[in-house]
Amino acid sequence: MPDTQALVNDFLNKLKKRKIEGSQAAAKQTAELLRSVISQTRVPYTNQAAALIQSVKAVGEGLIAANPVELAVGNVVRRVLHIIREEDLSLTTAAMAGLNLSAVSDDEDDVDGDNQPVLSAAAIAAASRSTLRPPSLQTLLEDVPDSAAVPHTSSSGGDSEGKSKSADKSSRSRKLKHDVIEAVNELIQDINTCHEQIAEQAVEHIHQNEVILTLGSSRTVLEFLCAAKEKKRSFRVFVAEGAPRYQGHLLAKELVTRGLQTTLITDSAVFAMISRVNMVIVGAHAVMANGGVIAPVGLNMVALAAQKHAVPFVVLAGSHKLCPLYPHHPEVLLNELRSPSELLDFGEFSDCLDFGSGIGAPLLHVVNPTFDYVPPKLVSLFITDTGGHNPSYMYRLIADYYSADDLVLQRRATSGN
Amino acid sequence: MDPRRSARTVSDPKVRQVGFFTPAAPPERSCSDPPRQQDLIQPQSPSSTQVNDHSRSGDSLSPVMIPPPPHHHSDTLLRTALQVSSPKTALSYSAKTVTIPTENDDVPSSLSPSRKFVAVKSPSSYPGVRAISVPASELTTVSVVNLPPGISEKVGGGASVEVQNDRPVSSKSLKEKTSKAERRAMQEAQRAAKAAAKAEGTKASSTATKVATSANTKPSKAAKPSSQKNDGSQFAASEKKVGDRAPEKDRKKDAPHPRMQYDDTSRVEKAKKRAVVKQTEVRNRVELFRHLPQYEHGTQLPDLETKFFELDPMHPAVYKVGLQYLSGDIRGGNARCIAMFLAFKEAIKDYSTPPEKTLIRDLTARISSYVSFLIECRPLSVSMGNAIKFLKNQIAKLPLALSESEAKATLMSDIDRFINEKIIVAEKVIVKHAVTKIRDGDVLLTYGASSAVGMILLHAHELGKQFRVVVVDSRPKLEGQLLLRRLVRKGLSCTYTHVNAVSCIMQEVTRVFLGASSVLSNGTVYSRVGTACVAMVAHAFRVPVLVCCEAYKFHERVQLDSICFNELGNPDAISKVHGREDINYLDGLVNRENLQLLNLVYDATPSDYVSMIITDYGMIPPTSVPVIVREYRREHLWS
Repeated sequence: MPDTQALVNDFLNKLKKRKIEGSQAAAKQTAELLRSVISQTRVPYTNQAAALIQSVKAVGEGLIAANPVELAVGNVVRRVLHIIREEDLSLTTAAMAGLNLSAVSDDEDDVDGDNQPVLSAAAIAAASRSTLRPPSLQTLLEDVPDSAAVPHTSSSGGDSEGKSKSADKSSRSRKLKHDVIEAVNELIQDINTCHEQIAEQAVEHIHQNEVILTLGSSRTVLEFLCAAKEKKRSFRVFVAEGAPRYQGHLLAKELVTRGLQTTLITDSAVFAMISRVNMVIVGAHAVMANGGVIAPVGLNMVALAAQKHAVPFVVLAGSHKLCPLYPHHPEVLLNELRSPSELLDFGEFSDCLDFGSGIGAPLLHVVNPTFDYVPPKLVSLFITDTGGHNPSYMYRLIADYYSADDLVLQRRATSGN
Repeated sequence: MDPRRSARTVSDPKVRQVGFFTPAAPPERSCSDPPRQQDLIQPQSPSSTQVNDHSRSGDSLSPVMIPPPPHHHSDTLLRTALQVSSPKTALSYSAKTVTIPTENDDVPSSLSPSRKFVAVKSPSSYPGVRAISVPASELTTVSVVNLPPGISEKVGGGASVEVQNDRPVSSKSLKEKTSKAERRAMQEAQRAAKAAAKAEGTKASSTATKVATSANTKPSKAAKPSSQKNDGSQFAASEKKVGDRAPEKDRKKDAPHPRMQYDDTSRVEKAKKRAVVKQTEVRNRVELFRHLPQYEHGTQLPDLETKFFELDPMHPAVYKVGLQYLSGDIRGGNARCIAMFLAFKEAIKDYSTPPEKTLIRDLTARISSYVSFLIECRPLSVSMGNAIKFLKNQIAKLPLALSESEAKATLMSDIDRFINEKIIVAEKVIVKHAVTKIRDGDVLLTYGASSAVGMILLHAHELGKQFRVVVVDSRPKLEGQLLLRRLVRKGLSCTYTHVNAVSCIMQEVTRVFLGASSVLSNGTVYSRVGTACVAMVAHAFRVPVLVCCEAYKFHERVQLDSICFNELGNPDAISKVHGREDINYLDGLVNRENLQLLNLVYDATPSDYVSMIITDYGMIPPTSVPVIVREYRREHLWS
């Protein structure tokens, strides 16, 4: 355990100091950390899943609190929790089925664990419902009392599981952990390959002689554009530089070295140029459950301009960026203000920025936000690694990845802090 | 159109007049039904009034005015009915009538159609007064439709009245609808009438004289001058119209001529030969902007500096200003305009007309050469274009009699007047207007550094209003910092941010003040690049956008996007971020074929994002810009 603790602390530090660039890196590192947490967790014979969930949650809360704006961390924590629940459920149902039918061996059970409940009796179905919450309206409504008692869900799940566990063999405990780690590995794999999966769809969206505008830099966008280029599509790209980080320069450089026709423009020229643009393709920081996008600063402006000129505004987002939360006042609550030094020379204005200048309040404020919130009505299309989706569909997509019990994770975390 | 209705309405005034003028009925008139006759004839005696009455509707210059009831509508109907027929009727009348009225004898040379009608008709009236069953009401139908020979002779007093009624109407039609054919027909009618009148004059009969009662003649005489007057005024009006048209033609001619398109190679070559400034084209030109000059920046300045003593035709003051434009020391529409004018003033002061040349022509040519030099340094702003137009106009308007020194003095004072009135005072007026829109507790957002907006903010602060300013800025010029410096120095509380963050900050903003390089006549605000973004976001957040722009910057050109016309700045300013040496990704790539750097200087804000434009003429909606453009031009170019 101590070595994981050290890992966790290290990661926490990095998050707090904002050393981790990009939500993909954050997601990947979170998943890896949680994997090691899970593997280090000593699992009791009873209540295995609950123990795992508890330890993951404990670490996860810390991670989320360390950088609440980096939603990918929370997303991954929730997904790991979801994985644990799912694996646990499949094992439980398999065990129940094994108990009831006493015909199927354990090994086969978890292979076709999903099919098992169909065969099993109503009791199993009830048991499974208590642990697994398939995201449908029906179950959500039924579960209302349960989710009201959220803190206990894990234990209640553990209880039901504990009952079945009594009949279980010791092999199962190892099995759960093993399965969870397998699944987390898959998740990491997904995060790693999301670019390629999104880029595969590029040819369907980019056509000959298109003019594409993007702002700032996103690896997903880069891969997407290059994938289209590799398919012998010739098109031109306008890159807005994306002040104050000027990542657009980086993207322009990459695109130029890969042979794309690139034009670098200032952010202020976006409105001027967008009338000649066929499509806006941008990356996102996070996609909220309502289909809104937390994106690098400036994109709301671009989206508005695109809407004005009826230019499709396409957002590329890996599934780790799908956040099950609904944004409330996201411009403030899900934003981060960076150093004024990126905008102003301290030398000249230091006396005005200073709190000690007579009146008490500084004369000059510098606002340098990191993110913008793009409301769902401005987004034409999301392209995720599972295909293209409408903003209005995001909530459903998100429900596939997260279990409803974990949604409140962050609220507990923040209220705990 | 239904003639019945028009007739009825027209008859209304007549009926009214009956009430006024009953005693005037000539007793001699043999008539089957006297009241009707009265109806018919009275109008003749008060014909002056009636003429006036109608002419009023036509020209409203006659002194007497009896307001006819629902005039307006019927009038148009009537007119349209008459327009077709009146010439013809005139002809037919003149041909038909045989008798001569004494009253009309004294008007042998009747020039206007109206008088001709009078001459012809009043006599004809007398034999068959009864003529028309509903004569007055039939007014139009009579004059238009009928004129079977029998009736036309019998038309009678009613007819005369009618015709007199007709006259102003037809004259109005003449005036208003100046179709050539119609006018010719009128002239012919006049001529025929004249001939007829002469013939009548020879055949004058005593009965006719008898007919003419004092009551009749007097008013008819009275009518004559009035009709003449009317005619005169009508001619005056038409002259005025012609006078109006001339500038209109000018305007057409003067409509914004197509700008130099830099993708037109032959013209570019030609222009290059003339050029003073050596310009090399940028390597990677942006395809979309081939129609704009894309020259290498930074090479001209040293080149020009070396040429300083060789530039014979260029006045040093102009030269200096050109260099300042080139280096970017002078920027902003007003500053550039003032600098240019001051330089021109210097140049005019030192100017002397070469022998065997006239000042007007030579000076205009000289100014033109200065201007083309300045264009080479940096494309003109719209404000400068307007100012140059003003100056050239002033030169052209100089009276030839003026001596050279006088002319120069006039021009110099003109320049001073322009700078003072159109720029300095205008700005003050704008400030005065705009300050009324600032309330305590406001959060005002501004973009870039507009001199007018800066003055507004400072003035409001001096007035003691409590407000906060958000200065939004953008690369590459970071002009907002200049404004920020000014404001902070004066103690205004400011927030500084960049254009990308504008949608984050917009929530707390209550008003947006923007400057403009120009306002085009479709309401588009042509301004520093990024203004459109700010206005758009403000519009999305339902924050009012107030654009401050002096009226001399208004232009009649129209533009829908920012691409058709724009200015391209130095592309190197894009690849290097000032003060951020870590942003050097593009260092080695600038020469790559497929990398283009686009530094737009202006953009066009659609008028729907603009709530209000504050000018020296007041606060107007963007839809009223063309009006200002029109009025301004009239005041300035054709005063």
